[in-house]
Amino acid sequence: MAKQLEKKHSLATRWLHWINFPLLTLMIWSGILIYWANAIYKVEIFGYELFKFFPAWFYEIYNIDFWGYRIPDYLPAWSYEWLSIPKRLAEGISLHFFFMWFFTVNGVIYVSYLIFSGEWRGMLPVPGSFKRAALVTLHDLHIVKKLPPQGKYNDAQRIAYTGTILLGVAAVVTGLAIYKPLQLSWLTSILGGYEWARWEHFWIMIAFVLFFVVHVGQVMLAGWGNFRSMVNGYEAVNTDGLPASVSEAGAKV
Amino acid sequence: MSIENKGKEKEKDSAVLVEKVRELEAAKRENNNDDKENTARILNEHRDFTAPLSDAEAKKMMSKHSRRSFLVGGAAAIAGLLGYGWLRREENFYIFQKGFRFNEAVSQKFFGNNDLAPEFPLSRAGARSNGDIGLGEDFEVADWDLQVVGVANAPNYPQYFDDISFGGEDNAPRSMDMPPAPNVPVAGLLLSLDDIKSLPRVEMTTELKCIEGWSQIVNWTGAKFSDFAAKFAPPENTKYVSLITPDRGYYVGWDMPSILHPQTLLAYEMNGAPLEPIHGAPLRLVTTTKYGIKQIKRIGRIEFTDERPADYWAEQGYDWYSGH
Repeated sequence: MAKQLEKKHSLATRWLHWINFPLLTLMIWSGILIYWANAIYKVEIFGYELFKFFPAWFYEIYNIDFWGYRIPDYLPAWSYEWLSIPKRLAEGISLHFFFMWFFTVNGVIYVSYLIFSGEWRGMLPVPGSFKRAALVTLHDLHIVKKLPPQGKYNDAQRIAYTGTILLGVAAVVTGLAIYKPLQLSWLTSILGGYEWARWEHFWIMIAFVLFFVVHVGQVMLAGWGNFRSMVNGYEAVNTDGLPASVSEAGAKV
Repeated sequence: MSIENKGKEKEKDSAVLVEKVRELEAAKRENNNDDKENTARILNEHRDFTAPLSDAEAKKMMSKHSRRSFLVGGAAAIAGLLGYGWLRREENFYIFQKGFRFNEAVSQKFFGNNDLAPEFPLSRAGARSNGDIGLGEDFEVADWDLQVVGVANAPNYPQYFDDISFGGEDNAPRSMDMPPAPNVPVAGLLLSLDDIKSLPRVEMTTELKCIEGWSQIVNWTGAKFSDFAAKFAPPENTKYVSLITPDRGYYVGWDMPSILHPQTLLAYEMNGAPLEPIHGAPLRLVTTTKYGIKQIKRIGRIEFTDERPADYWAEQGYDWYSGH
C-alpha cells in the first residue's frame, strides 16, 4: 500500500516545544521551592479540607520510612537535594528569576512563529470547536462512534493547545504582578491585588501540571508514530488516510 | 486453549480493530466535505504531504529523518543536562547573581517616584513579625543615637562628632565589593529621635510583603527618607545607602532611587502606637519598594556610600536588590 509522509511539525515547533519542556519544568520546580516558604493554599469544601498544597510527605518524600525502606537508600546521593524542598527559598528565587526570561522569550518566539507562519490555522479553536471537542471526548471514551471532521489536530487538541498558550501568558502576567507590585501596581490591582495575584499564579501552575499529565497520557495512547513526529517532524499516513501504524497491523493479518 | 488458538484469536481481534478504524476514517473523510463542521477548513489550515511513496521508500525516508533528528535531539538533551549541572555548581552561583543584577538594571530603567503602591483603609491594618536578627537583648532605647555617616559638609551640623564609631567586636558588615574595616574611627552625625520627628510627619497604610510570600497591611508613621536625605544630604550622585543595626547583626544595602521613593519611611510608629521592640523600636525602615528583608528594624547607622553595601540576606544567596 502506498504511503505519504506528512510534515506534521516544523523544525521551529519542535525545537520550541522541547526547549519549553525543561524550562517550564524548572519554573514549576523553582516555584514550588518558593511556595514552600509560605505554603498556605488548600482545597476546601464547606470548611472541610480536601487537599492541602502540599501535604507534608510531598516536601519530605525522601525522609519517609516505608516499613523500614527509605527512598534515599535506592537513589544516588545527589538526588536527595532534588527531592528535598524545605528551606530552599533563596535557591528557588534565583532559579525562578533567572529562567523566567528564557521561558518568556521562548514563549514569545513560539507565539510569533505561529502567527507569522500561519500555523495558528491548525491550532486555534473556533466557537463550534467546543461542541466538536465534546464529541471527540465522547468518542475517546468509546461512548459515540462518530469522530467529527478534523485537520492535523482535533478540536479538543485545538482547545487544549491554545489553552496552554493562554496559560503561559497568564503565568507571565500574574508572575509580573507579584514580582513588581509597585512598578506594575495597576496590573496587580486588575488581578485583584497582591495576594490574589499570587493565588492565581499558583493555580496556573496546577493547571499546567494537569495539562502535562493529560498530555503525556494522550501521547502514550497515540503511540510511537505520533511521538516520533514531534522529534523528526514526519508522520506516515496511508494514501487512503489510514494511519500507517494501523495499516501495518492490518497487513500482518 | 492452545497457543495456536490464542494467536488466531489475537489476529481476529486486530482484524476487527482495523476494520473499525477503517470505518471511522471513512466516516471522517466523508465528513471532511462538510466545511462548516471542520475547524481546519474554516480556518483554511494548510497541511504538507509528500507525494505517494512505496512502503520501502516511506520507510527509508522516515528513518533518514529519524536518525538525524534523534541524534541532534539526544545531543541537545545531553548538552542541556550537562549545562544545567554545570550551572548549578557552587562556584557558578555568580551567574544567578548576575541574573539578579540584570533584573535590577531592567527594573531601575523603569523605576520612578510616580509609581505608588496602593494604600488601604486603616481598618485593614494589622501586625505580623518575623525575624529578630540584629535585635540583641542588651539594648536601651534611652542610650540610642542614630549614627549618620557620609553626609556632605558634615562638620557644619551641630550634631557632628569626629568619632561616632560603634564599640564592641569587629563583626560588622563589609562592602559587597571591598571590605573596609567597620570599626575604624569614623566621623559623622549623632541624631536623636526628635531630629527625625522634626521632619514632616507622614502616615501610610500599605502592604508589607515578605519574601516568603505572605503579606500584611500595616499603618506606619514616620518621616520620608527623602526628607531625611534632603536635610542630611549626601554628596550629589551618591549611589547607595547602608543601614546597620546597633549590634551590627543585621545590615541592608539600598540603591538610592528606591530609598528616596516617597513610600520609603523612617518609621517610629506602627498602627498608631510607638514601635514595639520586636518591630524595630525606636526607628526602622519601611517601604513599598522592597521586600521585608530590606526593611531593617532598629537602625543604628545610616551610611551614604558609593560602594554597593553588604546585605545580610544577599550573603545568604538572596537578591540584593529585592525590589518591587
